[in-house]
Amino acid sequence: MKKYIIQSIRLTLVLLVLLCVIYPVTVAFIGKMSKGNGGGEKITKNGKTVGYALLGQSFTKPQYFWGRPSAVAYNAAGSAGSNKGPSNPDYLKEVQTRIDTLLKYNPGIKKSDIPADMVTASGSGLDPNISEQGAAIQIQRVATARKIDVKKVKELVAMNTLKPFMGVFGPSSVNVLKLNLALDELN
Amino acid sequence: MNTELTGIIATFLLTLVIAIPLGKYLAKVFAGEKVWTDFLKPLETGIYKLSGINVKEQMNWKQQMKALLTINILWLFYGFFVLIFQDKLPFNPDGNPGMTPDLAFNTIISFVANCNLQHYSGESGVSYLTQQYVLMFLQFVSAATGIAAAVVFFKAFRDKTTTQLGNFWEFFVKAITRLLLPLSVIVALILTFNGTPASYDGKDKFISLQGDTVNVSRGPAAQMIAIKHLGTNGGGYFGANSAHPFENPSYLTDMVELIAQVIIPIAMVIAFGYFIRRKKLAWTIFGVMTIGLFMLLIPMLNSELGGNPALAKMGISQTTGAMEGKEVRFGPAASAYWATVTTIISTGSVNSMHDSTMPMSGTWQLLGMMINSFYGGCGVGILNYFIYLIVAVFISGLMVGRTPEFLGHKVEAREIKIAAIITLLSPFLILAGTAIASYIFTSHGDAAWAVQPKNWLNNPSFHGFSEMLYEMTSSNANNGSGFEGLGDNNIFWNLSTGIVIFLGRFLPIIGPVAIAGLLGAKKFIPESAGTLKTDTKTFALMTFAVIIVLNALSYFPALALGPLAEYFTMLK
Repeated sequence: MKKYIIQSIRLTLVLLVLLCVIYPVTVAFIGKMSKGNGGGEKITKNGKTVGYALLGQSFTKPQYFWGRPSAVAYNAAGSAGSNKGPSNPDYLKEVQTRIDTLLKYNPGIKKSDIPADMVTASGSGLDPNISEQGAAIQIQRVATARKIDVKKVKELVAMNTLKPFMGVFGPSSVNVLKLNLALDELN
Repeated sequence: MNTELTGIIATFLLTLVIAIPLGKYLAKVFAGEKVWTDFLKPLETGIYKLSGINVKEQMNWKQQMKALLTINILWLFYGFFVLIFQDKLPFNPDGNPGMTPDLAFNTIISFVANCNLQHYSGESGVSYLTQQYVLMFLQFVSAATGIAAAVVFFKAFRDKTTTQLGNFWEFFVKAITRLLLPLSVIVALILTFNGTPASYDGKDKFISLQGDTVNVSRGPAAQMIAIKHLGTNGGGYFGANSAHPFENPSYLTDMVELIAQVIIPIAMVIAFGYFIRRKKLAWTIFGVMTIGLFMLLIPMLNSELGGNPALAKMGISQTTGAMEGKEVRFGPAASAYWATVTTIISTGSVNSMHDSTMPMSGTWQLLGMMINSFYGGCGVGILNYFIYLIVAVFISGLMVGRTPEFLGHKVEAREIKIAAIITLLSPFLILAGTAIASYIFTSHGDAAWAVQPKNWLNNPSFHGFSEMLYEMTSSNANNGSGFEGLGDNNIFWNLSTGIVIFLGRFLPIIGPVAIAGLLGAKKFIPESAGTLKTDTKTFALMTFAVIIVLNALSYFPALALGPLAEYFTMLK
């Protein structure tokens, strides 16, 4: 028994060095060569960081495309979903409010145009994407608010749409931050 | 064809392409045969030398379990103190506080046990030191513990009659050097180059396009996310686990993480067959497990892709399916596939929030964890399956009126008693635990705990009950996922799930290894015409029936009170 205790202690110490120093430091070192130097890829505008490519941000102004509802208000110091069950009455009221808001700010769209992702909170609360349909219902509003041609906005949406991985795997998506950045650059 | 479905089909096929050769490789590694990774031998010799281990020393099953428990208990003490004092230790750039004793108790058991139930949130609850030197460390060694225990079990059936089951430390170290560590490096690098942070930079701050100030948690996450999947641990670096865009940046990384968590559990089944030179047995076990996977996956896809009926009534469009708690870049199909594999295998990482999935999906998730052996966790999956198998052998033996045998060894009263105890343990822990929680919720709602019992539940009615049932089931299965709406960071949940995790981990390891050790020591009876063959389709069907009947009898009432009741209420 005593032998096992001593062996356990020594083995634990050796493995701590291998698994908690050598392994992660090696990966971090090689990771310096990745985009964002292993600290997350940043997006800059006029030399200033305005966000991370992978993290969604809160957009509420009419001239920007809006992202999905978030349970943490896009605060990237935390992350969480709403954890609301599908039959929860309070949750269903909340969804109804979101539908009404979208209908109010996007004149001309019908209820049946609204895709589920625009009225449901994401799993992380930091989802950077919306669906193509989620962008489509906002095009008119953004074009009106910015006083630019609808066709131009449509083009930008198409340019910032990520097709399924290798064309055949998974859904397509629109990166909201990149799209909004592209809109700002127009002016 | 729908690109979301082609995505999951490709993921499953790629998993098999990697897992099957990996299984053959593992059989050779643990049998000490020549393999191409033998260049790592000097590293292993070095580790043995520094630790004072002589790998030539043979152990019987009791010594094996003593070694296993000794080192696991050591980790419990080590981790407990680091968690409590993490605020006073270095590598805490975000200045996160030390854990309360009850939270530390829960967290350390959870990580030692390969469960990774998390009652804290990664961004605010732990320091970088804790993330790497305790949590990530345990993700490696707890997975290696499970694999080593499984190899001890393999050993008992390789030779005709034996009590010498090899050296625990050798299996344990090789599981790390020949399997977990090299694969972790590969997966971690794939993640890093696709956007997951890997550096030690602390929190960042920026002003968003719209002018809001935003703080961003970062840190060496890629290293941990790799082993959290390979080792079927599941404990995420960030609170939202693999739904977080840093933990799982794209559809590609989603596929990689999905493949990483399934390959070792499948490989262990294949390795079993090749190791004991009974390949057909491994393939029949693999067949039963795979059918089990699809029987849970297909209905789950059906309910998630169908969308939320309550939202459909409001008149919006759910072309791809239900989206609450899901990420656009994965979509409902990949989320449902993930929810299936993470619950049948004891990973418990999530890429969507299970609390918000449809009621029937919740049923399949719970059932996956209750069965806990369709592939199952790293090493322990095959051990769990073995218990069902022994019960099936026993019942078949009774049906044909012969003494039951498994691989040439008589299965007698002692082995059956152990199997029966392990079989009964899970329903006992899950149902008693949920019953106590429900009692406290209804009768002692005002208890002065960190989260008052009346505020535990994030959802009313049947779904609230499901949250408690899920927490206990996940703990017993050492799964670690949760219906995260549950207010679980308080003394009741920390202590109760801590105890459930501990018992649900070590008894189901010791039980099967003990049975194997006892059987292996018995006289070998050559096969004859009257032998009950365990590698036939008929016997596979028998095992499947045993699994279904045992679990249906144990859990149907509880499932009926939770997700099934919610489902039928929503039909109205």
